[in-house]
Amino acid sequence: MKRLPAMPDEWLDRSRTVRFRFEGRTFEGLSGDSIASALWAAGQRSQGRSFKYHRVRGILSAANHDVNVMLQDGPKLNTRGDVVAVREGMDLTAVNTFGGLANDKARHLNKLSRFLPVGFYYKAFHNKRLFPLWEKMFRRITGLGVVDFSTPHIRTQKRYDFCDVLVIGAGPSGLAAALSAAEAGASVVVCDENARAGGSGLFQLGADAARRQHTASLLQQVKSNPRIRLLEGTYAGAYYADRWVPLIDENRMTKMRAKSVILASGAYEQPSVFRNNDLPGIMNGSAMQRLIYRYAVKPCSTAVVLAANADGYRVALDLLAAGAAVAAVLDMRASVPASPLADALRAKGVEILGGHAVYEAHADGKGELAGVTACRIDGAGRVVSGSQRRISCDGVAMSTGWSPAANLLYQAGTRMRFDDLLQQFVPEQLPEGVFACGKVNGVFRLESRITDGQRAGLAAAANAGFEVSASITVPAETESPSHAWPVVAHPDGKNFVDFDEDLQVKDFENAVQEGYDNIELLKRFSTVGMGPSQGKHSNMTALRILARLTGKSPQQVGTTTARPFFHPVPLSHLAGRGFSPQRHSPLHGRHAAAGAVFMQAGAWERPEYYAVPGKSRIDCIREEARRVRTAVALIDVGTLGKLEIRGPQAAEFLNRVYTGRYDNMKVGATRYAVMCDDSGVLSDEGVVARIAEDVFYFTTTSSGAATVYRELSRLNIEWKLDCGLINLTGSYSAMNLAGPASRKVLAQLTDMDLSSAAFPYLAVRTGTVAGIPARMMRVGFVGEWGYEIHIPAEYGATLWDALMKAGESSGIGPFGVEAQRLLRLEKGHLIVSQDTDGLTNPFEVGMDWAVKLDKPFFTGKRSLQIVRKMPLKRKLVGFRLGENHSGEVPKECHLIIQDGDIAGRVTSISWSPHVGRFIGLAFVLPSMSESGTAFQIRLTDGSMVNAEVCDTPFFDPKDERQKEIE
Amino acid sequence: MKLMTCPINGTRPISEFAYWGEIRPAPDADTCSDDQWAEYVFHRNGAPGVKKEWWCHTPSNTWFIAERDTEKDKVLRTFLHGDDK
Repeated sequence: MKRLPAMPDEWLDRSRTVRFRFEGRTFEGLSGDSIASALWAAGQRSQGRSFKYHRVRGILSAANHDVNVMLQDGPKLNTRGDVVAVREGMDLTAVNTFGGLANDKARHLNKLSRFLPVGFYYKAFHNKRLFPLWEKMFRRITGLGVVDFSTPHIRTQKRYDFCDVLVIGAGPSGLAAALSAAEAGASVVVCDENARAGGSGLFQLGADAARRQHTASLLQQVKSNPRIRLLEGTYAGAYYADRWVPLIDENRMTKMRAKSVILASGAYEQPSVFRNNDLPGIMNGSAMQRLIYRYAVKPCSTAVVLAANADGYRVALDLLAAGAAVAAVLDMRASVPASPLADALRAKGVEILGGHAVYEAHADGKGELAGVTACRIDGAGRVVSGSQRRISCDGVAMSTGWSPAANLLYQAGTRMRFDDLLQQFVPEQLPEGVFACGKVNGVFRLESRITDGQRAGLAAAANAGFEVSASITVPAETESPSHAWPVVAHPDGKNFVDFDEDLQVKDFENAVQEGYDNIELLKRFSTVGMGPSQGKHSNMTALRILARLTGKSPQQVGTTTARPFFHPVPLSHLAGRGFSPQRHSPLHGRHAAAGAVFMQAGAWERPEYYAVPGKSRIDCIREEARRVRTAVALIDVGTLGKLEIRGPQAAEFLNRVYTGRYDNMKVGATRYAVMCDDSGVLSDEGVVARIAEDVFYFTTTSSGAATVYRELSRLNIEWKLDCGLINLTGSYSAMNLAGPASRKVLAQLTDMDLSSAAFPYLAVRTGTVAGIPARMMRVGFVGEWGYEIHIPAEYGATLWDALMKAGESSGIGPFGVEAQRLLRLEKGHLIVSQDTDGLTNPFEVGMDWAVKLDKPFFTGKRSLQIVRKMPLKRKLVGFRLGENHSGEVPKECHLIIQDGDIAGRVTSISWSPHVGRFIGLAFVLPSMSESGTAFQIRLTDGSMVNAEVCDTPFFDPKDERQKEIE
Repeated sequence: MKLMTCPINGTRPISEFAYWGEIRPAPDADTCSDDQWAEYVFHRNGAPGVKKEWWCHTPSNTWFIAERDTEKDKVLRTFLHGDDK
């Protein structure tokens, strides 16, 4: 056992032990342990297998940013063992093995590695013939966890939140920033991906209690500040425009909108590159410190520390304090800078070797670390031959450099600059409202990080509108935290740069040799940074290698794009609940009670037809249509857009927006209206009714209601005419009472004069129906005597019931959208956006009569003048199939073929009981538009159906049904 | 998600707004040639830069004009039609 005595900030609850299984064996840990720390404490150093060569792996970062320890936890796959807390009863297996971790059948791939060169996938898939073979193999051997398809469906709610200042990262600089911003008056949220706040301030100690005390005191102040909310175990997943940051915790995503965002996200420690740098026992120095101070686990008995900065010296001191021996500190810098840290180590008898590195690591029989060969390196990082010397150890701490956790800074559009002293990219120009402090800002000394946090906190508060007077300067760094070339060459390779993808130094050399010498190309060819950790431990080193190979500076090489999300998010967090609003007409309940089968029509749910038990859909529709033609029936048309315009210039307004004339209409009349856009394309249609000299009531299509109202409002602002527009779509209910018996039914409910003389076809009248104030129009959309009755929405159901009751003896019933479509087709009436498309002009659909080009202006007029001069490209015509058509019936959008070429398409088609054939509307070439022209329609299966152009309307061409039946 | 400031309703998420298009002067329909008119109707200038555009805050049906730098992806100011002085 390697468990240490209690640490001041340890995450453990020592009163509770946790039993779990790993790879079939039972282990015991403490509550608060990560899976990896519990295993490590129990002496289990091999915890996973690598992706490509199936090499044994252990802890690398213990920071959630590598995938050495990736586990399947029941239905939860790809659990990162280095941070996920161990729970009682867990049954864990390493992903990516064939036959278990210890005896992985794919482990021999390690020996075949030279047959798996860089760009292997890339090359394999180049051969079309072999593609299926490779695909089959790759599908079997790649991929990580196993999906359990019986996993229960979880509904994850999303949450919205707001704050003045969002601080990402609760290490020393983030905590200091939060306090300063809060003291300036801002409401602050601090989030940290770790289970507990404090960051490196509570583990990068160098056995110095005073350093710990700085951060512990900041944390105490943050926790007791009422203006600060501290969110632990919560990471900022991405940065989106205008300071919108999704915060991800175990249970949900919170969409946080902040006035200022501070990135205090720190830096990722980067593995050094030498042969066998992936053996279990070799880890980042910060990982050893996390093990010691968070989990009270002694990382090893005897360590070699590979250092290139002060952090490495602190790791050595922390190891000594934890009771481990330090065999040597190998400092990759040419000489060891004088410092109290070095003095302290020397005083404890630790050998410090400047200009040294690890040449290679050696494994024991289990493939775990047993020792290293150290070597001298020259100023250019080359191994000095003959300088090799072997050192026994069971731990190597790598502390040779950092890469800023700048993912969200890049996403926010920050311009970054490579700083040669720091050997790190630092923000050069931050976007408005975004701030950075601490290591991500290139500030590494603890005191400086706290000062930098205070500076950023005040600046963020000022940006959020709080008064700030103090100005703070942060002293410049004097020591580089990162080595420019943390790479040691070795003829036998296996010096890994990317642990996710098993990429070695030579892979980069080969890729560049093959011409992939641009960072973006190199990434795609070699797959560097494309594994689950997205290059957090490899991109910086890859960039250094590419820079050296191409003779460029890191600044010139540049970085790849860091896209959201910065860390994997469970799909259930993203899926959550959708939002698609639906509209119901005021009569919805009546439809449902009458057995309506609803269909989606834009945002509306409309009755497609009313189901009758024992009858098929098509029979129900035909029966509804028959009722309209022979008796009387009622349809809800309340989804139509219903607008009113009032004022002295109301008629002028309508003259400008529709193609027809409305100034010469008599009060009490209605007129069909066609709307075009600037290019002369037919965009909407409806009926305009003149209610009074300066009041017009008009309808739009159901689907166009919202956009037409919106555009007319805009035009009214632009034109400044003396009139006002009101949208009555939602406040009015409308229904069409149609059929030969409609007048008889209506007469029972109103004392209005319904005679043809007093209320002729296409007239509008106001009065009361069943005691309800109503506007009524005599319309003929379905081709029967009928009344479109518009009333305030709250009376809709009352009127519906009254009409149904009054019509009982006439055999009344409701009819749905499908029956209406058939009836209007028999009349040859088009439906905008079904029988027209985004290019249709009024002349193509025979609406020349509705276009008044002699008006001074209307939208689309100038374009229609041009279109008028050009020959028509197509024409909408009626057609019918043969008298005894049998077999499949064409559908809307089936093509019309002439001489092997496309000559048009079907826009509507239906069986017409009146004609006794299938009838329809279709676009055809103008040369084919003559009545009687035969043509062919191609079905989906390629077979042809004969059809013939015919005159419309198919039914009652002279509108005799609208005339007085005497 | 981006924010947009409606001159009447204040700063709201962009999903509440509808974009209509750049404000462009139309040629005189009575005197311009067919080609000039077609140019106006069909051709848009996609070059990045500062543009004045019609936007609508849809829940309140408030139309206004946004001056937007499409190169810097930044809304410079928003105002009601006619308040451009």
